[in-house]
Amino acid sequence: MFDWVQHIADWLVYDVLNFNKGQHLAEALNFFIYDTTKILILLFVVIFFMGIVNSYFPIDKVKNYLSRNKLYGLEYLMASLFGVVTPFCSCSSVPLFIGFVRGGIPLGVTFAFLITSPLVNEVAVGLFIGLFGIKTTVIYVISGVLLGTISGVILQKLKLDTYLTPWVKEVLATAQKEQDAFIAEKQTLSQRLPIIWDEVLKILKGVVPYVLVGIAIGGLMHGYIPEGFFEKYMAKDNLFAVPIATILAVPMYSNASGILPVAQVLVAKGIPLGTAIAFMMGVVGLSLPEAMLLKKVMTFKLIAIFFSVVTLCIIFSGYLFNLIL
Amino acid sequence: MSKVIKILGTGCPKCQSMTGVVKDVVSENNIEATIEKVEDIMEIMKYNVMTTPALVIDDVITIKGRIPSKDEVLALLN
Repeated sequence: MFDWVQHIADWLVYDVLNFNKGQHLAEALNFFIYDTTKILILLFVVIFFMGIVNSYFPIDKVKNYLSRNKLYGLEYLMASLFGVVTPFCSCSSVPLFIGFVRGGIPLGVTFAFLITSPLVNEVAVGLFIGLFGIKTTVIYVISGVLLGTISGVILQKLKLDTYLTPWVKEVLATAQKEQDAFIAEKQTLSQRLPIIWDEVLKILKGVVPYVLVGIAIGGLMHGYIPEGFFEKYMAKDNLFAVPIATILAVPMYSNASGILPVAQVLVAKGIPLGTAIAFMMGVVGLSLPEAMLLKKVMTFKLIAIFFSVVTLCIIFSGYLFNLIL
Repeated sequence: MSKVIKILGTGCPKCQSMTGVVKDVVSENNIEATIEKVEDIMEIMKYNVMTTPALVIDDVITIKGRIPSKDEVLALLN
């Protein structure tokens, strides 16, 4: 599908700039041009598509659906799936949390949503398709959904309501299956498109610098690190690789879009995919800024339990991928 | 009559750029309005919004979860 991009990159590097094939710098430059073009196209397509979905399927609808319907256990999976299609910025996590709790949605279900939503977001998916291909992306998305679902179920079983901050408990006590009068914006697609378009451009503007830096670093590494370099250190049978990769990843945040391209090169150079996926889930899914925000609604203990459960689930899925892939 | 504009948001970059847009529109068009930034989460929750930033004009939520364009804000204020 992207052969033409490769042709352009080859033409630019070998014909226009007159580099010789096999030169490190030429390979790195070729990789950079090819990857940036391809990834920017994919990011644009995925963000735009998600923008349209989200315009017709806003968070208020999700909340009303979850608080209205009895789903006999499936609500965790539903919340997790809604997390996929509803992009959300971590600064909204607190109002969203309160909104869900107030709607009488169980804590575990709310967590399922909160975990999957940042983990499987439009930017990560766009980057993933570009860097790792469709198959790995599908695996990542499915495991993200399952991870949110399972973590949500576990967190519900732990009965954590007592660790909420006092004012949230008050909200919880008065929670009702309220149906907020939700006035859907009645707009035609042509009225919505300019708004969606603006949003797409804003998201792209925000992530492009990181992506470029990430791909540039990846490009350099691609040209200079020999194939299979990491296999010695991070082989599949190294039991500590997955937990270490995951724990290193949790504090990284704003540069998630820059880290994915680097991770792709690491995989190409011999780091097992499961270890890399665990690392990326840690980067994308959990972050310290989010933890700071959540302090307004959760006690430190609850945040620690929340992060530990998710981290453990990520480590587990890392092992699982290394086993099956 | 002077309008009361409230911007709900916990201080994320998006909320700040919404404030910028609204302030520009108000000053460029000489609109009589007071702009208030609401950063306290408990205050924000009284408006029942789940995504920030949100724009509240005379106690009506007009926009939530995204940054509006200048034209949009102007249309809402008129």
